Amino acid sequence: MTKLTNLTIADALSGLSKGDFSAVELTQAHLDSMAAKRELNAYITETPELALEEAKASDARRAAGKAGSLDGIPLGIKDLFCTKGVLTTAASHILDGFKPQYESTVSQKLKDAGSVTLGKLNLDEFAMGSANITSYHGNVENPWKSKSEPAKKLVPGGSSGGSAAAVAARIAMGATGTDTGGSIRQPAAFCGITGIKPTYGRCSRWGIVAFASSLDQAGPMARTVKDTALLLNAMAGHDPKDSTSAPVAVPDFAAALTGDIRGLKVGIPKEYRPDGLSDEVNKVWEQGIEWLKAAGATPVEISLPHTKYALPTYYIVAPAEASSNLARYDGVRFGLRVEGKTLDDMYKKTRAAGFGAEVRRRIMIGTYVLSAGYYDAYYTKAQKVRRLIAEDFTKAFKDVDVILTPTAPSAAFGIGDNTDDPVTMWLNDVFTIPTSLAGLPGLSLPAGLNADGLPLGLQLIGRPFDEETVFKVAGVMESAAGFTAVPEGV
Amino acid sequence: MSLDKATVRNIAELARIEVRDDELDHLAGELSGILTFVEQLAEVNTDGVDPMSSVADITLPMRQDVITDGGYAEAVLANATDAVREDEGGFFTVPKVVE
Repeated sequence: MTKLTNLTIADALSGLSKGDFSAVELTQAHLDSMAAKRELNAYITETPELALEEAKASDARRAAGKAGSLDGIPLGIKDLFCTKGVLTTAASHILDGFKPQYESTVSQKLKDAGSVTLGKLNLDEFAMGSANITSYHGNVENPWKSKSEPAKKLVPGGSSGGSAAAVAARIAMGATGTDTGGSIRQPAAFCGITGIKPTYGRCSRWGIVAFASSLDQAGPMARTVKDTALLLNAMAGHDPKDSTSAPVAVPDFAAALTGDIRGLKVGIPKEYRPDGLSDEVNKVWEQGIEWLKAAGATPVEISLPHTKYALPTYYIVAPAEASSNLARYDGVRFGLRVEGKTLDDMYKKTRAAGFGAEVRRRIMIGTYVLSAGYYDAYYTKAQKVRRLIAEDFTKAFKDVDVILTPTAPSAAFGIGDNTDDPVTMWLNDVFTIPTSLAGLPGLSLPAGLNADGLPLGLQLIGRPFDEETVFKVAGVMESAAGFTAVPEGV
Repeated sequence: MSLDKATVRNIAELARIEVRDDELDHLAGELSGILTFVEQLAEVNTDGVDPMSSVADITLPMRQDVITDGGYAEAVLANATDAVREDEGGFFTVPKVVE
């Protein structure tokens, strides 16, 4: 029999309903795996007792014929989602000891569907990072190892690095992530799993620690396209508590996986082939195009002319919103307080001690671009370019149904690499940021391994609120890719 | 854009983050590098383009101006350092502001 931790969510749901195993057994298998793989540092807070209690309650519900859509499925929750009574840190020192008195809408919906929470997953501090090396609670390690340098510790990507590592290492069947500029898709690619950033407004942001409110979006991460769709079914939906949450119906995303993509037009943006794009990334992209052709879709070259301006636009808009959102961390109402002689002195000392270097840097950039005399030159200018980037996609989607690109310009790199200057690290998100600025759904799925045995991901981008087409195409690519490689120790 | 130390000190002041004198040079270098990178936007022609503040293509909803939530001061105060409990007045505390 397959190890319980290697099952997909879909197969586990079927096993639970047939009585092959209980939710308690399934949960215990994941708690054992969690204990065995603690060196990955995927979890900030483990909640084993709570998980077993929830699993018992799930078994009772199932026995009573009242099982929900994800009943008994053990999940990890990114530690950016507020969880009632359970420490929530955003991987920052400044939220020391913070126990929310309420539950985020998305994590509540997953509970309502019957899922079991294993704990709170590590991330980059306030979701700011692409390698999970800015967490106050330490780096997360990628469970995958390079063939040429097996001793080297690799990054899981970021910011949802704990989520991606946990799902890949089989210490969660699925996880929540959040994505502001690539924070679900890039770590999914680095860890050989699937993740989708839905359309902005598809999932409620209520109760998620805010980074950049016009970009932040929650989404699921799992090991198959179908599992990812099942999780999104439970997470999505209108929420009156988030005024930007879209009042639109939620389709059955899993039902979209028909396997039939005949006649679909797939856009291949020529701007995503910059000089110096590695051969192996290019090769896997070409392979992806061939798979879609073989399934009856038609590739169409498209142009997204403002692509090169997405990164500088993002690094004005996101820090500006962050500097405003993070003003709430002042030592008064929650988290860390460092005493000072005056009120201002307390604010400054608390924020200096509480924020790490990357967060401090982004707050300061944001403060500067919003300050008197610079607002128009930086912030308003970036908002205008953002519209041009979004319009590029609108025009492209007149001719195509979905867009295919690489997820990231490389496979996972070593912990400590790419840290010479902040901009080098930011280049990781060059293929994911444009989608975020335009608010579109973007999914990453594993498409193959590089020469070093590390996973490479491909990204599918869809029209607003057309996750169904994205899932449908992803399902076909997943079958064609036949990605069965697993990291060490699985 | 190259920021000098005085400007960095002013930004830190606006952001209410204490910065030591010996950090100013390094921060000025980092922040100047980032600003130089983002300034490439100047080459994009944005004449007549409206700034985009949200991608959510929806009109913000209206609702009746009535109280629908609240009444749990104890929960609001639960995470604050040195908060005064609800039955003793119920407030946050900060260092003395008025002499």
